[in-house]
Amino acid sequence: MPDSVTLSVNGAPITVPAGAMVSAAIAIAGVDRYRRSVTGEPRGPLCGMGICFECRVTIDGRAHCRSCQVVCQPGMEVRTDD
Amino acid sequence: MTDRDYDVVVVGAGPAGLAVACRAAECGRSVAMLDDNPHPGGQIWRGAAKESARWLRGDVAWIGGARVFDIPGPQQLAVETFEGECRVAYRSLILATGARERFLPFPGWTLPNVMGAGGLQALAKSGMPLAGRRVVIAGSGPLLLAVARYLRARGVDVRLIAEQAPQSALLRFGMRLAGHPAKLMQALTLRAGLLGVPYITSCWPVSAQGAERLQSVTLRRGDGSTRTEACDYLGCGFGLIANVELAALLGCRISKAGVEVDEFQETLEAGVFAAGEATGIGGLELSLVEGEIAGYAAGGRRDRAAALFAARTSHRRFAAALEQAFALRQELRNLPQPSTLVCRCEDVAMERVRACSNWREAKLHTRCGMGPCQGRICGGAVEFLLGWQSESVRPPVFPARVRSLSR
Repeated sequence: MPDSVTLSVNGAPITVPAGAMVSAAIAIAGVDRYRRSVTGEPRGPLCGMGICFECRVTIDGRAHCRSCQVVCQPGMEVRTDD
Repeated sequence: MTDRDYDVVVVGAGPAGLAVACRAAECGRSVAMLDDNPHPGGQIWRGAAKESARWLRGDVAWIGGARVFDIPGPQQLAVETFEGECRVAYRSLILATGARERFLPFPGWTLPNVMGAGGLQALAKSGMPLAGRRVVIAGSGPLLLAVARYLRARGVDVRLIAEQAPQSALLRFGMRLAGHPAKLMQALTLRAGLLGVPYITSCWPVSAQGAERLQSVTLRRGDGSTRTEACDYLGCGFGLIANVELAALLGCRISKAGVEVDEFQETLEAGVFAAGEATGIGGLELSLVEGEIAGYAAGGRRDRAAALFAARTSHRRFAAALEQAFALRQELRNLPQPSTLVCRCEDVAMERVRACSNWREAKLHTRCGMGPCQGRICGGAVEFLLGWQSESVRPPVFPARVRSLSR
């Protein structure tokens, strides 16, 4: 198994350790705002374990994925709510 | 996905679930273990494959990344994974659904980079490098120390730990640790790993500042003094609460602490067991022994289960002392300002929730607790702030795709 994985966050390539979660990849890419709330506030991860739904992003075109529960895969395309 | 059928199905693959699966399989039962996370280990063993491996058996079926969202019929679970939906049938069901952090709302708590204490650790374990970053750990409970130690060992600049409990309560608790040598060793090791990090008791966060992200946190002491600490991350959790949603959906009786069980960890619903933090917060050792008891009982070896009762009693005594020591102080009820958001899914402010007289009214009038988390985050806050117990649970207990629901 290779020891790193390259994916894209908002169109920019980013390389992370193999096994890293998408939530970590987004943070490594320097993005703090994972989504905007229903009234437009910036939000990021809170619980880190799939309960709070604050770290929702779009992964490979599928909206509302909890980024803390998805393992990074090569070529994955991640979009935060920008 | 095809439907499946097992003697024993375990929901949750943390220490309790792993112990259940191991012991039930040892008794010759066909066992499946499923979890929302992609790997077994739960939160405490997230990223620690070696610890989980001691309990994993090749004959236990593993269904990862799986959420139970409904009970479509007797002895059946409706499960959604990234790939699709399936039904899992069981003769015995064991709920090892664990716990989550209790969050209390204060001004600025919704800013990016304000997280749970366990939440921040989970992100670090998920591959986020935090070395050199300034972190404040706050809230309550032994988890704060464990998180601080974990982060410090990875080069994080842990500025301070703010524990809301008074020192007097912790000292009383410390005296009782003497009866639990293993726990005392853990406490001492923790202390050694934390040299140089201030551990401030009777201290709690009152606001977080920042525009698009956290920049500083203001903390208050019991004597009324305040200090503001610049930081990149705040990890803040006020103890743990049991995950009981699935148990409630199954009709199990729930007490204030968690799912109610008998001496064999069986709930009042025949064939449904619960083990670990879901039955009340008690820590790793208690979770493991409860899991073993439930696993043996579901496997038909009640004699082996009964042999573990004494160990469980001892761990439960420790858990009770822990709860007493870290009881939340009344001042924390004043943390939210009228405009502070309580429900982060629907952005409902404290003043709107407070204007209602119960949960049901708050849900209907403000949508508090009606968003994707289904009140899992605001529920623990509202329970402490206003004394409202969450009401009945309805499917889907987790947001599910329309295709999964339409089957």
